Amino acid sequence: MSDELVSFEVNGQTLQARPGSMLIAATDAAGITVPRFCYHKKLSVAANCRMCLVEVEKAPKPMPACATPIMAGMKVWTNSPKARAAQKDVMEFLLINHPLDCPICDQGGECELQDLSVGFGNSTSEYVEIKRVVRDKDIGPLIETAMTRCIHCTRCVRFGEEIAGMRELGATGRSQYTEIGTYVAKTVTSELSGNIIDVCPVGALTAKPSRYTARPWELRSYDSIAPHDCVGSNIHVHTARGKVVRVVPRENEAINECWISDRDRFSYEGLHSQERLLKPQIKRDGHWKKVSWQEALDAVSSILRKQLAFNVAAFAGPSSTLEEFFLFQKLLRALNIKNIDHRLRQVDFSDQAFVPSGLGVSFTELEQQQAIFLIGANPRHDQPMLNYRLRKASLAGAKVLALTPRKLAFNYTAEQIVAAPLAMVTELAVLVKAALEAASQAAPTVLADLLASVEISDTAKSQVENFKAPNSLILLGQMAVQHPAFSSLRSLATVLAQATGAKLGYLPEANSLAANLVGVLPHRGLAGEAIAAPGLPVSAALDDKNLTTVVLMNAELDDFANPQQVLKALRAAKNVIVFAPFADTQARDYATVLLPTSTFVETSGTLINAEGLWQSFKGVVNPPGEVRPLWKVLRVLGNALNLPDFDYVETSEIVAELKLELQAVPLTAMGQLSAPLVVAKQDANTMQRIGDVPLYRTDALVRRAKSLQAMLASPVVRMHLADMERLGIVAGDLVRLGQGDSYVQLPAEADEAVPKGCVWVQSATEVARALGAAFGSIMVDKG
Amino acid sequence: MTAADTSDKAVVLSAHERDEIDSWLARYPADQRQSALLGALRAVMHEDHYLSVPKMDAVATYLGLPPIAVYEVASFYSMFETDERAAARHSISVCTNISCMLSGADDILAHIEKKLGVRLGESTPDHKFYLKREEECLAACCGAPMMQVNHVYYTELTPEKVDSILDGLE
Repeated sequence: MSDELVSFEVNGQTLQARPGSMLIAATDAAGITVPRFCYHKKLSVAANCRMCLVEVEKAPKPMPACATPIMAGMKVWTNSPKARAAQKDVMEFLLINHPLDCPICDQGGECELQDLSVGFGNSTSEYVEIKRVVRDKDIGPLIETAMTRCIHCTRCVRFGEEIAGMRELGATGRSQYTEIGTYVAKTVTSELSGNIIDVCPVGALTAKPSRYTARPWELRSYDSIAPHDCVGSNIHVHTARGKVVRVVPRENEAINECWISDRDRFSYEGLHSQERLLKPQIKRDGHWKKVSWQEALDAVSSILRKQLAFNVAAFAGPSSTLEEFFLFQKLLRALNIKNIDHRLRQVDFSDQAFVPSGLGVSFTELEQQQAIFLIGANPRHDQPMLNYRLRKASLAGAKVLALTPRKLAFNYTAEQIVAAPLAMVTELAVLVKAALEAASQAAPTVLADLLASVEISDTAKSQVENFKAPNSLILLGQMAVQHPAFSSLRSLATVLAQATGAKLGYLPEANSLAANLVGVLPHRGLAGEAIAAPGLPVSAALDDKNLTTVVLMNAELDDFANPQQVLKALRAAKNVIVFAPFADTQARDYATVLLPTSTFVETSGTLINAEGLWQSFKGVVNPPGEVRPLWKVLRVLGNALNLPDFDYVETSEIVAELKLELQAVPLTAMGQLSAPLVVAKQDANTMQRIGDVPLYRTDALVRRAKSLQAMLASPVVRMHLADMERLGIVAGDLVRLGQGDSYVQLPAEADEAVPKGCVWVQSATEVARALGAAFGSIMVDKG
Repeated sequence: MTAADTSDKAVVLSAHERDEIDSWLARYPADQRQSALLGALRAVMHEDHYLSVPKMDAVATYLGLPPIAVYEVASFYSMFETDERAAARHSISVCTNISCMLSGADDILAHIEKKLGVRLGESTPDHKFYLKREEECLAACCGAPMMQVNHVYYTELTPEKVDSILDGLE
């Protein structure tokens, strides 16, 4: 296809386009309406609905605009009598088997078939025979099917194959027996599956959680940003009668294109959770008492004022907004409180002088990488829309290599180095040594011993060779950040980047880049400013004997690396002040003050995504009950404490102030090297736990979204068959897992994806609350 | 998909089926394994006389395709049976399209139904014969009425001829 433009004519109007590009793309760009069902700009051309037939000069029959390449000088009519007649005939055929159930169809009012039938359909049909009926399929808790309505455009099938990278739906049978479905009863499991609801031009695939809740014309649409990962997908939040009823993508080519992940789409269900806090509460003599905001804030300010600063620790969850993070640390720092942290799942802080940063490239640049090395990253679960870009890079020929504690299910070609958590360091060292040798560089002194202890393999040599490509990128993911020797992985990755010329970046958790920038850290203030006498990082602060008071902002047990340790510390603390939208029974047990604060739809705020882009959004609905926007609560608390500079009227003022301070901060991922951390070898009778966070357990809102929770399998312990045989465990047996002073029982399953000597027991689940460190050692025996 | 899944599922395919699939794979470029799908399904049909879901999954795994890609093909072609009730050693298709119908295909069909004690679309309890519901013309009008038994065409049928053909089958 040449890049030079050619001229051609549509309806007498002269247009220009690249020769060979499809006619429908040019008419769309020129704003000329051509009806269509199967064509979608992001999907391959199927040309099977025939709705876009247009008249082309010298062509004996009407041609489908979606599959007709443009040639210089061609003449096209999209609404000539011949074209209109063809379009009307196609519409008549499509309506033959389509039921007339628009009044009870969720798509009614936003249905492409309904809309086009107004323009191209006849008011009566000549068809008097029996209509075809197709049995509905149950494809899971997220997508409702009404397959009789399907017009076989195959957009959903092509979406699965081309975008989600997982072909789950297909067209089985033939002619009038053709059906779209999974053929065998099966839940559609792709993390992007909800997008097939949007691409479906009819009501065959609709959103199950919002089924029958509102008509499209009753909805009000608000722009917002999804807060669940570091992508910051642009979304429309739809409300009816003051309640959020669904979330759909808002097109932004540079971020999420026209898609969103299922997590971003269905998390809104959590808003209406039973555990929603609606009124400030204070625990007195073991009983919860509902109080006014005034009373609650007075209580909090008197607690904070009375406590010595080193008795207090304050933790913020990573999905808070930039403004919330900023005011949180500003308030605490004004009180001289230093034990402030947001790195709740991190355990190794030995090189914390360095502030981790973002991706290092933009999302669109991600697609152009030729070699990508993922260290402890599961982007498919942690950042589904970012994984989509990685997939595009892979399809374009990028070599993807992953170092991971368990074998991951990539939806593109990726070479995996699977190693038990503690062995990941040596595996990475092998690659580093190979890279240093290839670049004829000497090993940095701090890492010399570690590198001397490993042997270069031929595989490592060829793997490193790929990173000499001009566009290559090393990414440290969540499992690396949560790793017990994160500093070692980071140091080695830094050397690898230097030796190969690859860029180094991070896949941060939700909005944690913002928390790093504004200094929700014990050792760094605003814009990375060093704190003279740093406070304690999260785990040390929890273990500190002086601890009497804990402040939790958007953080609960499931957000921490070691819930057992947190629960112990919180139970022992005299005061636990919780700013959160939700409180479960456990929170009601450890908390002493509960302040009902906003979720992302009830406040204005700003999120910084992995590429460093600031995206502000406004509140969508009024907060329920006495819930108040969190940033306002922090501001009022600042006023109650008579702290200076707490008089912001809008979040935009905070953003303007922070922009001046933060824009100059370089988002580099390179830091100084630190000596490899010696992590205690496990003793013989324990195993290593792989405790990554499940797809739909990432934050408080997601954990309360019913339909997403229904997508998760019930927790099990997975281990290698060899370990099961060694321990005398058969699949399905209850296995006793012990960490620290408590144990849980879970059924066992054999899984070759788990390295020997490890058990895969995910974090942030209800069962895991009784366990300890997510990537720590764990005692395993037959229950 | 882990290595264990692959080996577990591959067990379902017999050695003969795998040999057959390999011989088809050898005819196509290495990166176009989907090309061997029709051959693979035919090999399974020969062994089992129908395509079970586990067998189709095994073929999918063997060829490195998503299972749905196999279901689509298997359900598209009328030569493939996906219903266990259709499994029988011999599949009989009587053409009842226009030329055969004019030459008495309906009587032939009625004779076979009576002889086997089954109706169109059913198989005999001993799984010896399956009387297939044929869709369209089998392109042997010059020899009407006709039927196809497995891969063989039998033309100019009479009830006596049908008896001798069917009685001669194992």
